[in-house]
Amino acid sequence: MVNQQTILSVENLGVKFDNNEILRGLNFIVQKEDVLAIVGPNGAGKSVLFRALLGLIPYSGKIQWAPGLKISYVPQKFNIDKDLPLSVEEFLKFKEKNPKKIIGALKSVGITDEHHIEHHVLKERVGWLSGGQIQRVLIAWSILNNPDVLLFDEPTAGIDVGGEETIYNLLKKLKDERGFTVLLISHDLNIVYKYANNVICVNKEMVCHGEPNVVLDPASLAKLYGGETSFYKHEHFH
Amino acid sequence: MNIFTNLLSLQLLVGILTGLGAGYLGSFMILKRMSLVGDVISHVALPGIAIALIFKVNPFLGAFTALFLAVIGIWILERKTELPSETLVGIFFALSLALGILITPEPELLEALFGDISKIGPVDVFLTAALIAVIFFTMFRIYRGLTLSVVSKQLAQSMGINVSRTNFLFLFLVAVIVALGLKVTGIFLTGALVIVPAAAAKNVSIGLAGFTRSAALFGGMSALGGILFASHFNLHPGPIVVLASGVIFLITLLFKK
Repeated sequence: MVNQQTILSVENLGVKFDNNEILRGLNFIVQKEDVLAIVGPNGAGKSVLFRALLGLIPYSGKIQWAPGLKISYVPQKFNIDKDLPLSVEEFLKFKEKNPKKIIGALKSVGITDEHHIEHHVLKERVGWLSGGQIQRVLIAWSILNNPDVLLFDEPTAGIDVGGEETIYNLLKKLKDERGFTVLLISHDLNIVYKYANNVICVNKEMVCHGEPNVVLDPASLAKLYGGETSFYKHEHFH
Repeated sequence: MNIFTNLLSLQLLVGILTGLGAGYLGSFMILKRMSLVGDVISHVALPGIAIALIFKVNPFLGAFTALFLAVIGIWILERKTELPSETLVGIFFALSLALGILITPEPELLEALFGDISKIGPVDVFLTAALIAVIFFTMFRIYRGLTLSVVSKQLAQSMGINVSRTNFLFLFLVAVIVALGLKVTGIFLTGALVIVPAAAAKNVSIGLAGFTRSAALFGGMSALGGILFASHFNLHPGPIVVLASGVIFLITLLFKK
């Protein structure tokens, strides 16, 4: 239900590329400080949904953000390789010129030694960092403008499983400290159970919507992933 | 002695300015992984020059118009498809070179293919200076968006950057620098003038600022060294400029980061 805590309401959202229907009939709302996970198979339109929410592509239906929100977005696709001549400092300065804020953001993502930040991390090529460090820098980028909402598209793509937990723990810690709202796309249902309070399952249309423990039942998972439920069985202990 | 009446000074001015601009833009072409675009589109200049000669128009204008149309073509291909359009571009540009060779009168053909800065005048210096100023001014405005769109197109778009417009402006500048480079090194070597200094710069730099500045510097140095050397030994300057950039590249390999 839409109320004062609502930061986003989506009604009957549809997206078409040429004549291909990518998304249709999506309805959901996001409340302040929600962690909403968006799950679905590859090619289900999850990233397209984000781009529509950001107003980067044409869509039909209604997307209404609460007024005056600052939104940060970290997309899935990055072309950061070892060859890219771009230092961490230059990359972060594209978003925020104030060096103090940059150091503050890097401290927030767990790189705490100021000397190390100034003399090593900032001077390094982005592409020379490890996958986990790149993720931290991207999270630092995303919180530089003190956003109210964070949109994360597969924040752990290309990271080993151990590192994956760390990144989500970091996101959770930042969310608890700063009280922003998070929308994240994830392929890992265990992560969704652990960190999200709401989930929408998307496969062109919305297959389920609600609390992960309630709505991610075998039937909707079968519908979402086409019968591969045993693989996605809910296995967690808490 | 007035530098505007001394041919060598004129050549050096045009050469160094062009080298600075070519090196600088080249660094962004490497960043965008389009190193060979300069090489390939330069071929289109030839039919442009030929048509200009036939209609008795300034050949620079003809070359620039042809290059401009070519970059629009590439830009549309970039927009329409995420797939590499190399093959198509390769075929089209090779064919236009063949056509150009056929219709360009022979004396002008050699000049167009290999460059000739022996006949330049003060007007060329002013034209070059003005266009190089346009290049640096425009790049100053768009380099942030250009770089971000290389890192991630979606990220750039979410920052409010019009990626398509930025790419178009950049390709336009590439057309300008290739047209200017024709005078110095000719069609066959203008691609090298754009890429070799930038490739050398990449060897010795970590960040973007160092990379782009050293690329411009190496471009200017190649032109300076090459033209002086060629003038002293009475050689054709175009190839010597490119060889000079090659020497710089080899030296930078020793200091590779």
